[in-house]
Amino acid sequence: MMKKINLAIALGATCAGCDVAILDLNEKILEVFDLVEFKFWPTAMDFKLDDLKKLKDKEVDVGIYHGAIRTTEDAKIAKILRQKSKVVVAFGACANFGGIPSLANMPFEQDMFDLVYKDVPSMDNPENTVPLTSVKINDVELTLPGILENADALEEVIDVDYFVPGCPPMVPLIEQVVEVLKLYANTGKLPPKGSVIAGTKTLCEECGRTKPEKISFKEFISPQEVDEMDPDLCLLPQGILCLGPATRAGCDGLCTKMNVGCRGCLGPTDKVKDHGLKMISALTSLLEVEIEEEMTEEELDKIVDKIPDPLGTFYRFTYGKSLIYKLHSEEELI
Amino acid sequence: MSKVGVFVCHCGRNIAHTVDIKKVLESIKDYEDVVHVEDSMYMCSEPGQTIIKEAIKKHDLDRVVVAACSKDMHEDTFRIVTKEAGLNQYLTEMANIREQCSWVHENKEKATEKTIKIIESTIEKVKRNQALEPYNVPVTRKALVIGGGIAGIQAALDIADAGYQVTLVEKDSTIGGKMAQLAETFPTLDCSQCILTPKMVAVGRHPNIQLLTNSEVENVDGYVGSFKVKIKKKPRYVIEEKCTICDDCVHVCPVIVHDEYNAGLSPRKAIYIAFPQAVPASYIIDPSTCLGIDPLICAKCKEVCDPKAIDFDMKAEFIEEEFGAIVVATGYSVYPYERIGEYGYGNIHNVVSGLEFERLLSANGPTQGVIRRPSDGNIPKIVVFIHCAGSRDPAKHLPYCSKICCMYATKHAMQYKHLVHDGVAINFYIDVRTAGKDYEEFYKRAAEEENVIYIRGKVSELLQDGEKVLIRGVNTLTSESIELHADMVVLATGLLPSEGTQEISNILKLSCDSKGFVKEAHPKLKPVETVISGVFVAGTASGPKDIPEAVAQASGAAAKAETILSSDFLERDPVIAEIDDLTCGICHTCIHVCPYGAIYYDENQNKVLVNEALCEGCGSCAAACPSGSIELRNSTYESISASIKALLRV
Repeated sequence: MMKKINLAIALGATCAGCDVAILDLNEKILEVFDLVEFKFWPTAMDFKLDDLKKLKDKEVDVGIYHGAIRTTEDAKIAKILRQKSKVVVAFGACANFGGIPSLANMPFEQDMFDLVYKDVPSMDNPENTVPLTSVKINDVELTLPGILENADALEEVIDVDYFVPGCPPMVPLIEQVVEVLKLYANTGKLPPKGSVIAGTKTLCEECGRTKPEKISFKEFISPQEVDEMDPDLCLLPQGILCLGPATRAGCDGLCTKMNVGCRGCLGPTDKVKDHGLKMISALTSLLEVEIEEEMTEEELDKIVDKIPDPLGTFYRFTYGKSLIYKLHSEEELI
Repeated sequence: MSKVGVFVCHCGRNIAHTVDIKKVLESIKDYEDVVHVEDSMYMCSEPGQTIIKEAIKKHDLDRVVVAACSKDMHEDTFRIVTKEAGLNQYLTEMANIREQCSWVHENKEKATEKTIKIIESTIEKVKRNQALEPYNVPVTRKALVIGGGIAGIQAALDIADAGYQVTLVEKDSTIGGKMAQLAETFPTLDCSQCILTPKMVAVGRHPNIQLLTNSEVENVDGYVGSFKVKIKKKPRYVIEEKCTICDDCVHVCPVIVHDEYNAGLSPRKAIYIAFPQAVPASYIIDPSTCLGIDPLICAKCKEVCDPKAIDFDMKAEFIEEEFGAIVVATGYSVYPYERIGEYGYGNIHNVVSGLEFERLLSANGPTQGVIRRPSDGNIPKIVVFIHCAGSRDPAKHLPYCSKICCMYATKHAMQYKHLVHDGVAINFYIDVRTAGKDYEEFYKRAAEEENVIYIRGKVSELLQDGEKVLIRGVNTLTSESIELHADMVVLATGLLPSEGTQEISNILKLSCDSKGFVKEAHPKLKPVETVISGVFVAGTASGPKDIPEAVAQASGAAAKAETILSSDFLERDPVIAEIDDLTCGICHTCIHVCPYGAIYYDENQNKVLVNEALCEGCGSCAAACPSGSIELRNSTYESISASIKALLRV
């Protein structure tokens, strides 16, 4: 009889889509229930942080964390999870790379709170109320966790053993995680530390669209601007920005099958440190490569200017791990 | 743990003037893994090289850094030195402290600091270098020369004389090119044909030369040492070996068209020979105008041909052969004066191009060497020569100077004076450029002894005025506007890359400059090499040139080709790109980015592969590869990161 695995699922700055993704296992979730003993999963069950705190150190076999580290509370939970778990898995793009929350790490000219709570056009806040970490109501002090200067990936705060990228991780990847758990339960064996549970190659490997021998393009257009999309041809030669060439495989081309360019949620391959930079490098290498030398800087700029929100496009999920962010935050560069 | 030796060069005062070498040595000797430092006045000198060799042996060095000039200058020198000392040559790296430091700085203290950083960064790189061995690619010891003008002829003859097989491919029916159309050549006034035809005959007779005229290169695959070339030999419809050039066929041929050899100034038949000395000496049928390709309509020539040399059923042949080296000598075309609006768009009868005037001057030309103007055949008494027609005019025409026009216009004026003694020759020029041996003397002779008139100024407009051409212009020396009538105007039009140059550049994947001329691998130090290893360029395919320059370049290209053909194997630098299949998603980015066509997708293996013989190690693919799967040997992500870290260390 196999021993049940003690599992904890903790969360930080997250939309909880990762939790939903786990439930998307459908009937396979029953296998998970047979396999594991939940020690902590506040989204799905009645758990409080104290339940996690009460456990002995390393009592949890596998601790899964999703979400970025945005508040002092997130960091605290992550550290507790690390203390209580034999292995920790960073689950989802936010825990892996900082994800969408880390886009707020951009060097804004003004305070982020002012921007979000006062200045955005959709905000109606005549009293200029901003969140505070503590407030006294009827002599009772109420406190909230403090917000950290930046939103970071889990790895920046605690030691992480395994990585499952994706926004959210796709069901086939979660099934792989279940297989890993099964193997662990049966044999006590685990993959090598640092393993990424997803493909090793890039999306092009599995996307299924045909690539011309030579890819080139003259402009970037939005899918809705295309008169007649070729459903079988690679999106890049059709002018649609697709991060597939730079993005780790594992999703089976969910977006590209729907004629939507890859947004890069699985992050880069093992070889690449800066996802967006690599994609920019590839795109600019290919852009009008035949006549590039005859074009002026201005003409090339004009084409590149058509990319809406470059930082949000190339770093939608990985800004927290990018070189520009690190340069900005004056961390070690390389 | 490496044992690195660092050798710092003073380069006389080039480096030592701005860099405190002593301080550099002091600092570097304590750097991690450095076991020996030494300096020399000239590291590249024999004594300097000996220093390195002895230090490698004495201190058992396993990595060497030479801090001196650019890799382009002396990397080979120091690699050989390392190899001779018994260490793998790829374990030596150069730190460029001259071009990238001492030459561009003045502050000695800061330049010294920077020098130390550059050396430290190079130490980090060399520590991560792997020992590599150059590998051999087999060589097909045959050369292909594309283009049968004077440059192609010279290159083919030189290579053939050196004992190698040469195939010379020419698009037209005969070799000779533009030079065969010229009357006399500047500055000696040698008869062009007289000096060219012996070379043409030599090509035709040479046992090592396979001459394919009326042929075009269709496709080229492969790489230096073994280019696989497909040549299309178009049907001539006349069997070369049987044709006796009796010209019976010409008399009966009913089709009359413009003769290209005479720049369209005279007629020819649909069956013709370009000119009497053509090589190969055989008639050819122009299938676009001949009626007899459908023999039901006309077969008059076939009926009269005694030796039965005419064969209407001849089909195009495709020849596939391998060559070790290729010389591109596809020549130029003349800037069409039909594009020049201010000079009448080619609609004024007595305005001709330089090449047309050459034919009028030629003894075998349409007028047998008597200058007659096209409109009425009269001998012109006033001829105006306009320099820079369509040249040096970036707004409307060619931006560049075509180099030869000043001289040929001077030659035209002089020849005209020789033929029409009472004629007046007027040259309008912007500058007279006479950079060439005896060119200035030639110009002086025209202006001072032969009474050719030179007016500095541009002609703004040419108009038909009755029988004459009205010339409106300005003398920029006197600031006077000029209006004069001439019987004839000759436009010294510039040079364009020929159509063949453009086609061949596409087929061979050669880089071209913005004007369309073939780009040299290095404009100064590699003037006959192209970006594609094993492909050389000669003559006007790489830009306007006069005959001696084209011939010299052809000999240069031939010598370069011979160095490839001289052995059965070719040593190739192993510093090339490598693809990691584990992460490669086969996105095809690298395939298009590679300027050498060295990366390809192999369907059977479902892999993207690097052709080792084609890869030049430029690193474009490594930079572009979005999955980070491509690395250049000895310039891996790890080693580049380590180098950058060393540079950034405070």
